[in-house]
Amino acid sequence: MSGRKHDVKNKLIAAGLAAAVAFTSGIVGLSADPVDETLSIDGNPMVSRTKAPEGYPFDEVMSGWLFRTDETRALQSDSFNNPGMLGVEEGEAIWNTVEGSEGKSCASCHNDAKESMKGIAANYPKWDADAKRPINIELQINKCREKNMGAEPYAFDKSGQKPLTAYIKHQSLGTPVALDLGKGELQKWWDDGKKLYYTRTGQLDLSCASCHEQNMGKNIRADHLSQGQVNGFPTYRLKQGGLVSVHNRFRGCIRDTRAEFPKAFSDELMALELYVTWRGSGLSVETPAVRQ
Amino acid sequence: MAKSKPRVKVPKSAKAGDVITIKTLISHKMESGQRKDKQGKVIPRSIINKFTCEFNGAKVFECDIDPAISANPFFEFSAKVSESGTFKFIWVDDDGSTYTEEKKIEVS
Repeated sequence: MSGRKHDVKNKLIAAGLAAAVAFTSGIVGLSADPVDETLSIDGNPMVSRTKAPEGYPFDEVMSGWLFRTDETRALQSDSFNNPGMLGVEEGEAIWNTVEGSEGKSCASCHNDAKESMKGIAANYPKWDADAKRPINIELQINKCREKNMGAEPYAFDKSGQKPLTAYIKHQSLGTPVALDLGKGELQKWWDDGKKLYYTRTGQLDLSCASCHEQNMGKNIRADHLSQGQVNGFPTYRLKQGGLVSVHNRFRGCIRDTRAEFPKAFSDELMALELYVTWRGSGLSVETPAVRQ
Repeated sequence: MAKSKPRVKVPKSAKAGDVITIKTLISHKMESGQRKDKQGKVIPRSIINKFTCEFNGAKVFECDIDPAISANPFFEFSAKVSESGTFKFIWVDDDGSTYTEEKKIEVS
């Protein structure tokens, strides 16, 4: 009996050592190919796989949808089944709600979002000449609320920020992501974002690229590593059971490397959002995507 | 999402004898009554406790719903249709209110 116990203990130690080695030498895992399917939502085909832009580390840009399980993929293929659509509906109600000292709603100026916001979000982040930095949909909403509505800007992930962002982005469903880096100083911010993408952080010493580039397609424990695209944000994550914003996800990823993580909408995360969005150039906007 | 809003998906038309798929979803927080707030007080139970589907007055599908069902309950079921008519969907809330939705189907 004692000999057998000893055996088990030795095995455990060996397994522990193997895990430690695996961590220090990067991540090792079983390779599993993304599915050879095309996402279509309510019968409308999406671009979920496309030729990579110049200077891209892969030949092909792939949507995170291709890396998910059959059940998760099915949830996104039918907008009735997509739980993220509840958030989009909530966003529609906010779009038409009057707030602030000017007595305006989003609809007062922009009318029907289905027309006025069509394809718009596919070109964000854009250069904001007033703030002299990139602006994403969340910040654009806040800018509008302050300047035109006389309303309080939304705090990060609070009040209507996620549903309204999802509603606006959803109007670009199917439109390929395309950024114009020629505007303002976007190229410089793109460079900064790229630098951050390849910078290892935290006690685990991981960069974005450690998982989403060098080990893309492999399994990290139970998770099938995708390219880390952001074309479906705000995304419905089954883990949280709700919409998750892109800056929340960035912070979560950085936290998981056991590093201090930057504030939402900080210079670091805006640069990262710009660069990571560029990495998904050509993919359809999938908001609200459904992920694990 | 304070207000509950039902959504239903039924095919607009079908052939007599066809088995059709019906999907329903209602937004509801489905508070189980098991959780406590920050002060340690029990958050009172507030769920949808019953769901019924009728076709031209006859019951097609019915189920009781218990606190373990997650927020925004989704039901998908099949029904065999032999004639044109109206599906009626009824959700019963703990607070006594009911939410209803109707969908017509053309059967040829």
